[in-house]
Amino acid sequence: MTDRTQSESPDARRRRLLQAGAGAAALGMLPGGPALNAHAQNAFDWKRFKGQKIEVFLVKSPRGDLLTKYHKEFEELTGIEVGSEMTPEQQQRQKAVIEFNSGNPSFDVIALSYHVQKRQFAKNNWLTDVRPFIDDKSMAAPDLDFADFAKGGLNYAMESDGRVMSLPLNLDPWVVYYNKELFAAKNVAYPKTFAEMLDAAAKLHDASAGVAGFVARGLKNANVPVWTSFMLGYGGQFMDANGKLLTDSPAAIEAGKMYQALLAKYGPQGVAGFNWNESQTLFLQGKAAMWLDGIGFAQPLEDPAKSRIVGKVGYGVMPAGPKQQVSALFGDGEGISAYSKKKGPAWFYLQWASNKANQTRMLQAAAGAPVRNSAYAAAQQSSDFKAPKEWVDCMLKSAAIAQPGLPVISPVTEFRDVFGVALTNMINGADPATELRKATAEFQPVLDKSEKA
Amino acid sequence: MSRSVATITAAAPRAGFILRRRRGYRLLTIPAMLVVAAVIVFPWLFTVYMSAFDWKIGQAAHFVGLGNYAGLVTNQRFLESIVHTFYFTLLAVIFPLVLGTAAALIFHRRFRGRGVLRAIFTMPMMATPVAIALVWTMMFHPQQGVLNYLLTSIGLPPSLWVYSPKFVIPSLVIVEVWHWTPLVMLIVLGGLASLPTEPYESARLDGATEWQLFRHVTLPLIMPFVVVAAVIRTIDAVKAFDTIYVISQGGPGTASETINLYLYLQAFAFYNIGNASAVVVVFFAIIVALALLLLHVRERARWAA
Repeated sequence: MTDRTQSESPDARRRRLLQAGAGAAALGMLPGGPALNAHAQNAFDWKRFKGQKIEVFLVKSPRGDLLTKYHKEFEELTGIEVGSEMTPEQQQRQKAVIEFNSGNPSFDVIALSYHVQKRQFAKNNWLTDVRPFIDDKSMAAPDLDFADFAKGGLNYAMESDGRVMSLPLNLDPWVVYYNKELFAAKNVAYPKTFAEMLDAAAKLHDASAGVAGFVARGLKNANVPVWTSFMLGYGGQFMDANGKLLTDSPAAIEAGKMYQALLAKYGPQGVAGFNWNESQTLFLQGKAAMWLDGIGFAQPLEDPAKSRIVGKVGYGVMPAGPKQQVSALFGDGEGISAYSKKKGPAWFYLQWASNKANQTRMLQAAAGAPVRNSAYAAAQQSSDFKAPKEWVDCMLKSAAIAQPGLPVISPVTEFRDVFGVALTNMINGADPATELRKATAEFQPVLDKSEKA
Repeated sequence: MSRSVATITAAAPRAGFILRRRRGYRLLTIPAMLVVAAVIVFPWLFTVYMSAFDWKIGQAAHFVGLGNYAGLVTNQRFLESIVHTFYFTLLAVIFPLVLGTAAALIFHRRFRGRGVLRAIFTMPMMATPVAIALVWTMMFHPQQGVLNYLLTSIGLPPSLWVYSPKFVIPSLVIVEVWHWTPLVMLIVLGGLASLPTEPYESARLDGATEWQLFRHVTLPLIMPFVVVAAVIRTIDAVKAFDTIYVISQGGPGTASETINLYLYLQAFAFYNIGNASAVVVVFFAIIVALALLLLHVRERARWAA
């Protein structure tokens, strides 16, 4: 070896070193590069990082609970020890910002809500690009099959330049829950368009019987996706390629008018303070004909202990707007901290968390709507699967026409706050065009600053 | 004469000893001073320093001098939050004071079952604010809430409670009143128990009515206690956050957004640390002004007594 090096021409040697260097750099992205080298030709082995320990930072939710419940299984499968922390969503978001800013976060794996944290994490380069793992046969589990992942989920996980910063777990497209009994009583068909939706709300609204034609979130911040659901259908977009907001475009204003008409005219009293839970309660009591919200809130609807409308619930795909039919999408997944020193074991955790078994469990436990299509068929085969077939159909159809329900920007919370106040004002009678222009003018500088910084 | 000289000469070295001892005592205060400096003075100065920057977590900080303050002066939402804070505080102080004093006067009398009833009356105070807030949220629900059920069952029209921009602050005050009236009652009851009986006896001899007794004897005597209760209530009401955050989140819209809620949004939802620091400094100035005013009132109450 030494002899040969000495006999090489300086040029050839430099070339060879450069090649080796490039290889080393690629491997350098993984912890324990040499170990990987030794395995390079080997097949995938779950036990490869045996004896290591990783920290995962999850959100307290049915999905976080489910993963935590099965951590033992991961530990037995891989020999990797898992330390986990779960905090409520709001606190998780705050803690993530503070920990990442410290440059030394306490976790290797972090759960993220795409609709809130995607741009923030990407802009600050807080996550690890997992493409090298995916391309490496010895690192990608045979179970990892991107053809099985819903496109909306993959879009959320990928950056525009093709980097893959996380693996998606759960999708939450918005759907219209409707009360079949109320619809039948007034002989109204499920609406196919926005115009029919307004019409149906008008026919079904019956203040004297305490029945609202339509219910959805009116509470500021929470209410923004209701409006964006309409805006997308009117062909509206959040901003143009230069980062200029389009939230006061004719489409956005039409959506504002639709929001105002549905909630102020055909909504329940006090809807300006309603979040998803108040809306859900009303719908559960049979006091609302339609309810627009995420598909993930379906669980209590078919539970006789909580619901007066068991067996009467229709699960409708969002009606088509004048321009297109879109279901506003939300979702979450998991990524690897860019600061992690255990990226290999962390990647194994990601693959395990989104594997078919866990995705199927998630559906069976009604803990969310899995991003992997195969989970739906698998779950329906199990005898303890309770969700109605209509729900599954609605989920698959909605996921196929889904687009992000919030702009992929860093200051999402501020966006929701500013536009949320405008929407609440509309419920209380303010002019949609004026409110949206005011909110757009207020938010544009915030957006500009966040993208410049 | 000679005795007093002797006293003076004896006192002189004693005074020196006290001075020396005082110096020793001063040394002993150092740990406490260090703690105060570390947990109060330094954070405060640092907040003032940060308020001079335009800084969002994750972005570079730019020095803007008084820019953040200038922004606040013209920020309608912030100015409204000050108004909301004062409106909320005013109601959340007056009602518990009046009701708490009345309750104290009742519980000061002897009647059967007084002990048990008094214990029951003080129970709200012991409950956790967030738990209370969640229960009240359910009770306020315009369609399913028990409050509207009660209103309609006695023939009154239902109210929107916290779901209406107009009624949200008074409705939140109802929760505060329910929660904190017992505290005022306890303080005033303590005051009533310590009152002398002579003024009452002489007033009765002079033929005073029950109302006159209360107005001219009891009330002035318990005033210092009422003022103490007012000070405690004001501090609690100004800093109220948990119930408002859980019940209305400052809404509908921004109708119940107090300074605290605005501050929380700026600091922990938008990460605008510079602007939030400026809000804190302004809030601090307001609290100091309010505290000085209350101390002044308290001193006056003491002189009057």
